[in-house]
Amino acid sequence: MPKVAPKKTPMPEQSAEVRKKNFDEVPLGYSEDMAVAEAERCLQCKNKPCVAGCPVEIDIPAFIKKIAERDFEASIRIMKEKNLLPAVCGRVCPQEEQCEKVCVLANKFEPVGIGRLERFIADWEAGHMTAEVPELPLATGKKVAVVGSGPAGLIVAGDLVQMGHSATIFEALHEPGGVLVYGIPEFRLPKEIVFREVDYLKKLGVEVITNFVVGRTRTVDELLEEFDAVFLGTGAGLPWFMFVPGENSMGVYSANEYLTRSNLMKAYKFPEYDTPIAKGKRVATVGGGNVAMDAARTALRLGADESIVIYRRSREEMPARDEEIERAEEEGVKFQFLTNPVAYHADGNGWVTDVECIRMELGAPDASGRRRPVEIPDSNFKTPIDTVVVAIGNSPNPLIAQTTPGLKTTRWGTVEADPETGRTSKKGVFAGGDIVTGAATVILAMGAARLSARSIDEYLKTGTW
Amino acid sequence: MNKIIEKIVLSKDVKQYIVECSAIAQKALAGQFVVIRICETGERIPLTIADSDKAEGTITLIVQEVGKTTRQMGFLEVGDSILDIAGPLGTPSEIEHFGTVVMIGGGIGIAPLYPITKAMKAAGNKVISIIGARCADLLFYQDLMAAQSDMIIETTDDGTCGRQGFVTDALSELIESGERIDRVVAIGPAIMMKMVAETTRPHGIPTIASLNSIMVDGTGMCGACRVEVGGETKFACVDGPDFDAHAVNFDLLIQRLAMYLPEEKIADEHFCRCSSAKEGEKNA
Ligand SMILES: Cc1cc2nc3c(=O)[nH]c(=O)nc-3n(C[C@H](O)[C@H](O)[C@H](O)COP(=O)(O)OP(=O)(O)OC[C@H]3O[C@@H](n4cnc5c(N)ncnc54)[C@H](O)[C@@H]3O)c2cc1C
Ligand SMILES: Cc1cc2nc3c(=O)[nH]c(=O)nc-3n(C[C@H](O)[C@H](O)[C@H](O)COP(=O)(O)OP(=O)(O)OC[C@H]3O[C@@H](n4cnc5c(N)ncnc54)[C@H](O)[C@@H]3O)c2cc1C
Ligand code: SF4
Ligand code: SF4
Ligand code: FES
Repeated sequence: MPKVAPKKTPMPEQSAEVRKKNFDEVPLGYSEDMAVAEAERCLQCKNKPCVAGCPVEIDIPAFIKKIAERDFEASIRIMKEKNLLPAVCGRVCPQEEQCEKVCVLANKFEPVGIGRLERFIADWEAGHMTAEVPELPLATGKKVAVVGSGPAGLIVAGDLVQMGHSATIFEALHEPGGVLVYGIPEFRLPKEIVFREVDYLKKLGVEVITNFVVGRTRTVDELLEEFDAVFLGTGAGLPWFMFVPGENSMGVYSANEYLTRSNLMKAYKFPEYDTPIAKGKRVATVGGGNVAMDAARTALRLGADESIVIYRRSREEMPARDEEIERAEEEGVKFQFLTNPVAYHADGNGWVTDVECIRMELGAPDASGRRRPVEIPDSNFKTPIDTVVVAIGNSPNPLIAQTTPGLKTTRWGTVEADPETGRTSKKGVFAGGDIVTGAATVILAMGAARLSARSIDEYLKTGTW
Repeated sequence: MNKIIEKIVLSKDVKQYIVECSAIAQKALAGQFVVIRICETGERIPLTIADSDKAEGTITLIVQEVGKTTRQMGFLEVGDSILDIAGPLGTPSEIEHFGTVVMIGGGIGIAPLYPITKAMKAAGNKVISIIGARCADLLFYQDLMAAQSDMIIETTDDGTCGRQGFVTDALSELIESGERIDRVVAIGPAIMMKMVAETTRPHGIPTIASLNSIMVDGTGMCGACRVEVGGETKFACVDGPDFDAHAVNFDLLIQRLAMYLPEEKIADEHFCRCSSAKEGEKNA
């Protein structure tokens, strides 16, 4: 192995003390020199193991090589061949589980900062070029309705117009972007970036119709009368609750509500923006995933003195990305492991005052391979809090399934679709992203969308199902 | 899109708007609502579709000015547009030939009651309507309701119009008079719906209430609208807004409606009237 710096080129970021008081992005990004230095760490492996770790198969060594050569324009072009949303993926992909995990450097040192470089090149493009619109093929005259404007919907629509089909996105909310705008906070993914990507798609000719709730404004069957195919990318937006006593007290939120108020509705700018949110002083977040980390860190930024994460397993089992857990810890989020809420207590007005938890211990592994938490009898204890965010998971909203005869779902409420083609049980209807997999990741939704776009194209050409 | 083509003052603080919104007009059924946002910095609020006209492609909204957003709406004029309108949301009301139905509307609740009353009448029911408000100034839609009813009773708390007292007083009298009642539908302040439920409970009269919990998305995504019905948590925006009034935990609903009182006061005070109409125009 040639001489190579053992560690990733550090990326400047806001200090924990400063950032926990604002909603600005935490990592500040590489300068050109930093990016070049990081790009030079890449060994340009012939067999490209990293590429296999990327669900959308970006030619990683190729785009990195161009950065090392300071040919940034060429680099972004290579990137965009496979990934239309690099500014998003560079920030939120769990790289440590994907491309960077299989980077050869990771055997001995820190892997190449592939995500950081991806972010750099995308931001460089935004700062230096007006994203060029590629020449589109002759219009085929075929029309596709894309339901939902999260990563899955955006990618399907983008791919389809580039194949010459027309694509119309129908979005229930007033803003396109899905979880990227309503869920993931500004300090991890500035909304500006999502809007930029959506604007680019509009330039490509994608039509975006907001405030359109499929299943209510029109059903899937009604869309099929007007469109040649329908893609369902409506995500997993139904929040789970635990149904323990007191959970409907005031001050108890689902993560979806808490984050939607803060991100989509900009409640953190209240009263400049009209939507209110409880600015709790002692906030408990229940759960251990990325969503819980986002909620607990949002609570600090809204002015909490204490932000506590309550998780029923131990730190090792936490599904959140390590980086996010570390950032949360640096900012002062406290973790209460091996405990689970059994009740919430409220004052005379109905506002939550305490969370009552029971202690847990880890038993035998369950279906997910993680050790199953078991309650320790009579170990209940109360913690005073004034706000709770329940972040224990989501499943697909049943609205579409309920209003679409012939669409098969699983017992988890997800839509059945062929993982290779996105075809559902209903002719002309495709699905991909969280609606099929249950809550997963941005890049997996994008990967599924890409496969669906290919098979939609085939279906439009052949008409065979 | 979403252009206001008619605006009428119905009573003190209550205004009616007819809005161009064809996609929603084609599908709206009695009991459904929309979620609107007036401007870029605005809140999403639910409003019942009080009427709709498929041919004209319009929906009717009736708004009582109670806080920042509804007051801001009051400044919108004919020709202005509402930035966002999503719908029709919620499960439509159950409309059948039940026999005799008593339709009870309190205050602004008369607005959402009207389309259901119309549908009940069209389904062949004998319709008895009881509409009430604090005072005569706050009562509206008397003529429209009368036209859809076999009998109509008006009540005001202060006696400035119709019978003095609460709608529940009129309902009790009706029940005592021996009138056979197959169903009661009540829409109004939570406390009124609770009182109606308590009035009909001993008589075992099936009673439906339309719950006005605080909402954000209105599509089942956030859980802000949680209510307890029969001991179970339901989302009012998708499972309702209509529920069996005898099973609803009204005390919880009343509590949760007060969740943002301090913030609502701040928002109202912060409200700058100049920005509102401008925003509407810009997005026309
Ligand atoms: C708080 C949070 C943090 C996360 N952090 C990360 C992370 O760091 N990294 C990562 O990779 N993943 C993360 N995820 C997961 C990731 O965001 C999702 O896996 C991804 O967004 C799924 O994309 P999608 O397109 O399938 O659905 P979504 O992004 O959920 O988009 C679905 C869209 O469809 C719309 N819709 C729903 N129903 C209808 C209807 N009936 N009619 C019209 N429109 C409808 C919704 O409003 C929404 O806009 C996070 C998720 C959350 C909630
Ligand atoms: C299904 C449904 C249908 C409705 N239909 C009508 C209607 O046809 N006409 C009408 O005038 N009103 C209707 N409402 C009530 C209306 O939504 C509220 O009056 C409005 O949101 C108040 O907003 P504001 O900013 O003006 O006042 P605020 O000062 O914010 O609030 C005043 C009161 O309204 C309630 N409220 C506040 N925010 C919300 C919210 N986001 N969602 C629901 N309630 C809230 C609270 O109890 C609050 O105390 C309906 C409510 C629901 C749930
Ligand atoms: S898209 Fe995600 S997995 Fe693929 S190279 Fe980029 S950061 Fe890695
Ligand atoms: S595996 Fe790592 S070092 Fe090798 S080409 Fe990929 S990024 Fe570069
Ligand atoms: S308003 Fe969000 S789930 Fe009902």
